[in-house]
Amino acid sequence: MNTAIAGVIATYGITLLLAWPLSRYFVKVFRGDKTWSDFMSPIERLFFKIAGINPKEEMNWKEHMKALLTINLVWFIYAFFVLLFQDKLPLNPDGNPGQSADLAFNTAISFLVNCNLQHYSGETGVTYFTQLFVLAFLQFVSAATGIAALVVVFKALKEKSTTQLGNFWDYFLKTITRILLPLSIVIALIFIFNGMPASYEGKDTVVTMQGDTVNVSRGPAAGFVAIKHLGTNGGGWFGANSAHPLENPNYVTWMTEMVAQVVIPIAMVFALGLFIQRRKFANIIFAIMTIGMICLLIPSIQNEVAGNPLISKMGIDQAAGAMEGKEVRFGAAATGYWSTVTTIISTGSVCGWHDSTMPLTGLMELLGMMLNCFYGGCGVGILNYYIFIIIAVFISGLMVGRTPEFMGHKLEAREVKIAALVTLLSPFLILVGTALSSYVLVNYPDANWAVKPSSWLNNPGYHGFSEMLYEYTSSNANNGSGFEGLGDGNFFWNITTGFVLILGRYLPIIGPVAIAGIMASKKYIPESAGTLRTDSVTFGVMTFAVIIILTALSYFPALALGPIAEYFSL
Amino acid sequence: MKANNKLFPKDLVMESLKESFVKLNPKLMIKNPVMFTVEIGTVVMLVVTLYVMFTGHTDQGSLGWNIAIFLMLLITVLFANFAEAIAEARGKAQAESLRKTREDTPAKKISQVGETFTNEVSVVSSATLRKGDIFVCDPGDIIPADGEIIEGLASIDESAITGESAPVIREAGGDKSSVVGGTKVLSDHIKVRVSTEPGESFLDKMIALVEGASRQKTPNEIALTILLASFTLVFIIVCVTLKPFADYANTPITIAAFISLFVCLIPTTIGGLLSAIGIAGMDRALRANVITKSGKAVETAGDIDVLLLDKTGTITIGNRKATNFYATNGVTQEEFIRLCALSSLADETPEGKSIVELAGKDIVNKLSIANASMVKFTAETRSSGIDLPDGNCIRKGAYDAIKKMAERVGNSFPTDTFKQVEEISKDGGTPLVVALNNKVQGVIELQDIIKPGISERFDRLRKMGVKTVMVTGDNPLTAKYIANKAGVDDFIAEAKPEDKMKYIRKEQNEGRLVAMMGDGTNDAPALAQADVGVAMNSGTQAAKEAGNMVDLDNDPTKLIEIVEIGKQLLMTRGTLTTFSIANDVAKYFAIVPALFVASIPALQAINIMKLHSPETAILSAVIFNAIIIPMLIPLALKGVAYKPIGASALLRRNLLIYGVGGVIAPFIGIKLIDMLIAVFF
Repeated sequence: MNTAIAGVIATYGITLLLAWPLSRYFVKVFRGDKTWSDFMSPIERLFFKIAGINPKEEMNWKEHMKALLTINLVWFIYAFFVLLFQDKLPLNPDGNPGQSADLAFNTAISFLVNCNLQHYSGETGVTYFTQLFVLAFLQFVSAATGIAALVVVFKALKEKSTTQLGNFWDYFLKTITRILLPLSIVIALIFIFNGMPASYEGKDTVVTMQGDTVNVSRGPAAGFVAIKHLGTNGGGWFGANSAHPLENPNYVTWMTEMVAQVVIPIAMVFALGLFIQRRKFANIIFAIMTIGMICLLIPSIQNEVAGNPLISKMGIDQAAGAMEGKEVRFGAAATGYWSTVTTIISTGSVCGWHDSTMPLTGLMELLGMMLNCFYGGCGVGILNYYIFIIIAVFISGLMVGRTPEFMGHKLEAREVKIAALVTLLSPFLILVGTALSSYVLVNYPDANWAVKPSSWLNNPGYHGFSEMLYEYTSSNANNGSGFEGLGDGNFFWNITTGFVLILGRYLPIIGPVAIAGIMASKKYIPESAGTLRTDSVTFGVMTFAVIIILTALSYFPALALGPIAEYFSL
Repeated sequence: MKANNKLFPKDLVMESLKESFVKLNPKLMIKNPVMFTVEIGTVVMLVVTLYVMFTGHTDQGSLGWNIAIFLMLLITVLFANFAEAIAEARGKAQAESLRKTREDTPAKKISQVGETFTNEVSVVSSATLRKGDIFVCDPGDIIPADGEIIEGLASIDESAITGESAPVIREAGGDKSSVVGGTKVLSDHIKVRVSTEPGESFLDKMIALVEGASRQKTPNEIALTILLASFTLVFIIVCVTLKPFADYANTPITIAAFISLFVCLIPTTIGGLLSAIGIAGMDRALRANVITKSGKAVETAGDIDVLLLDKTGTITIGNRKATNFYATNGVTQEEFIRLCALSSLADETPEGKSIVELAGKDIVNKLSIANASMVKFTAETRSSGIDLPDGNCIRKGAYDAIKKMAERVGNSFPTDTFKQVEEISKDGGTPLVVALNNKVQGVIELQDIIKPGISERFDRLRKMGVKTVMVTGDNPLTAKYIANKAGVDDFIAEAKPEDKMKYIRKEQNEGRLVAMMGDGTNDAPALAQADVGVAMNSGTQAAKEAGNMVDLDNDPTKLIEIVEIGKQLLMTRGTLTTFSIANDVAKYFAIVPALFVASIPALQAINIMKLHSPETAILSAVIFNAIIIPMLIPLALKGVAYKPIGASALLRRNLLIYGVGGVIAPFIGIKLIDMLIAVFF
């Protein structure tokens, strides 16, 4: 087995080894058991005291969502205005300008919703102040928002019949103080020792071997990059994201970033089993998610390692794989692995250019984001999977001749309606968005805009179509990676993706929490021999089939016109 | 094709075909959102076809192809309508055959003057009878309407309704007072009060349900409709956004192709069959001779967790039978048997008869009870017997009753017999102590005879996840013995009517659904409380009003069948939904390459079925989509077979047949159709 593949397997192995103990710790934190991190509780109490919050006050699902949405709105307003006026604020050694209104709108939302779709470049578009106090701040709170929402669902699944689902502020604050903050510090330290900058100085000047003088941007990046991955955010300190040598200096940082971004999503799956005391149920979910990942991963690595057939035809050696758009220090296989992981979970950071990956890898990247539930982002991955479980429970319940029930609660029209709405949302946002941009491009190529639609795409044809499809898919999945090659830093894209981001974030959080909350308030039905077990392999396969079929049916024509057409045209 | 002949009788098919066109009315179609969108598509295609016909433009494809697509869409809608119509027609026919039994019959009505009824009898038509009217029936009369006997007792032939030829006894007062219109009085004279308004009897309600007039969607059906509607919306999005995508790719797509893609993708198979499945479920219940008051009741039956069953008549054969004679020490066995037989010769109760039977003809033929006087059983004495002309009194009765009787005159109860009494009780039997002139002579063992095959049925129920509970008036010891022997999961001993109610409430509070069967007025509250209450047709009017189903056969084990019918109903919906959605995979592989191959030749690679041409590919998919509906009508009407193999195994099985099968079948079907129509294109 070659070293690159071995590195990938080792990285995944380390992730699992860390995820298991972490999951036990998470459960302790959310149950309120005693843990080593209890030294944080005076600080937490102080926060609650200042804010006038009673963390013991039980909330129902609606109160949870009200709290979540309110605080998110506050953060949005804060972020929007600070970005707008960042040039007038301190910590701006490079003298970067304030953002335009549409860019600030897009950036604020995109970081708020854990997406980090960056329509700017870190070196010039933001200041150290906004990087730290807006973007990194949002990276913490958006991840904690997703996790807190998931804990509400955990609680709802665990209880037999209740409307009291814990306190949102308690879940939220503890996620930050007990989980994100300590882990980020450890990760940041690893980065610093491996050469990632952590300085407040402005640009450095380097004279290259050819004698040119080059300005090198830097800044307090290490801490930012830690939460960027740990919180499945993905927004880079530098424009080139984790392909930038200062954002990802060597293989150790590569592995650390890789482990950091997927460890919480995997640990949350295990935590689900521990929290609701149904380990087998969670294990099956983990198995299905892993199989899903492998299905996407193998074609990606295989295509990248095999190299581009067109280049091979030119007689150029491709022993290293398809190296266009990749960092030599990571290579084809590792970049293939990264591209899969970063798209199935909602990180969206990159260590190589997705625009340059092979068509089939591009297809896998798109599918990863369309599915968005194989591990998935912090908290939200399982929430997305939950919706598919609901649909699978409904159909399979009928198939065994019983009114569908899940975790001891009947699944009825109201829940099905919410689940159907959430399922409907993704194809709606992705397809309508792409249709809108295609329409504008075809019919108004020369519109008198800052960037003419005709010059949006760097690549014509199928690949250009993939670029547009990718942008909306990434926005809807709150992923934030870009296919790039798309002129997206302008009014049309800032605004349209901005709305896709908001809708693609909050409805898929509210939906599952609402379903879980409504179901938990219903009468508990004990299991009988006629009850369909949801912790069986059969049900796991059923859920997998539902996920694959629904996704395939929604996106097949669009994918056929993009990556599939490109693949067969090679 | 014999089975099909039964499913589709010729006259019903003709009627349903007509009905299929009537149902094209958009006002009716809109109730079914999936098929309604197909109808809209059909109308659009009609316009396109006319446009091509009159302008001769070919930018929308050739005229022939457009006509073909239009016709296939129309046929799709008609097939779906036909499915619903045939299900309705079958239900109606079934109900009609029951209704025939109550065709206009002459009724001997007692005329009423003010509040009082006179004794005058006038013959009127049964159609004019109203609730509260009173009529009389004599031997040979057909009972003109459902009612309750208020005076008299009669033997009645109910074969017209139940198919059971043995006559039944109905009498005023008590639990066997109700009579059903259409049945025949064989003997005696009864006075009956009409209990329902014409058109409101259960049968009439049932007919209305099947005819769709008052058919309401059940909760599961509503949830499924929502899901199907959302799938339809997804495919609307897919098809509408395909237009700008195609414009970007410089690929003109004809309207016919768009509509075909849409119609093929939306779940027309399940959408077209959904209401047929619901109607067929009630129809199947009717065929099992069960009248349901709502479709919901049938569906709920499939969810039942707990089944309350009366011991007598359900688990055991009606009555206890004598199985052994045990004489007290000092009494010869022969003498004891003689006494037992003597005491029972005039006893008409089933127990008494069984004692005579067990005694044997040899002994019985030698006995005579001329001039003897029979002492009937009363609740007070709890014993019965005979006073012989020679002055001897034989009594038989419950242990404590006879003991009291003996001890009152100073006779002690023999210890060996006492031991025997205990022994019998422990084995689930009932001891019947016999005394001669207040002196204990021995004990007769009566045993419940468990119905053959009943424990297999309970086994089947257990595998379905249904817990069976036996309700009996027996003492806990006896009840436990029989419960074990019959294989029920739980029992309620020494049950009073309110105990049933309590048990049902308890189970319901724990979240379980309970079904029960009952016939008496005192069962009515429990029948109403139960999620599925099945009243026997022979039961009182109150019981029938309280329950949500009526079993015409009075068969207490019918609940098992009802549970299966309910499960089948849900399963048929679930499996056909899966099948319908799974079909889409193949349809995509047929249509998507056909749409784009002209401008993107590379996409020929996903034409994995190697279909002849884009036109034939699309047409084949549409044809497949249409003909799958009538092909599945038999399945929708008969229901998917239920096998009690556990939920997970059942899911595996159905997933394999309807899921995997649903993916593969259209690949084969579409390819075959394409090969066929390639001849014409």
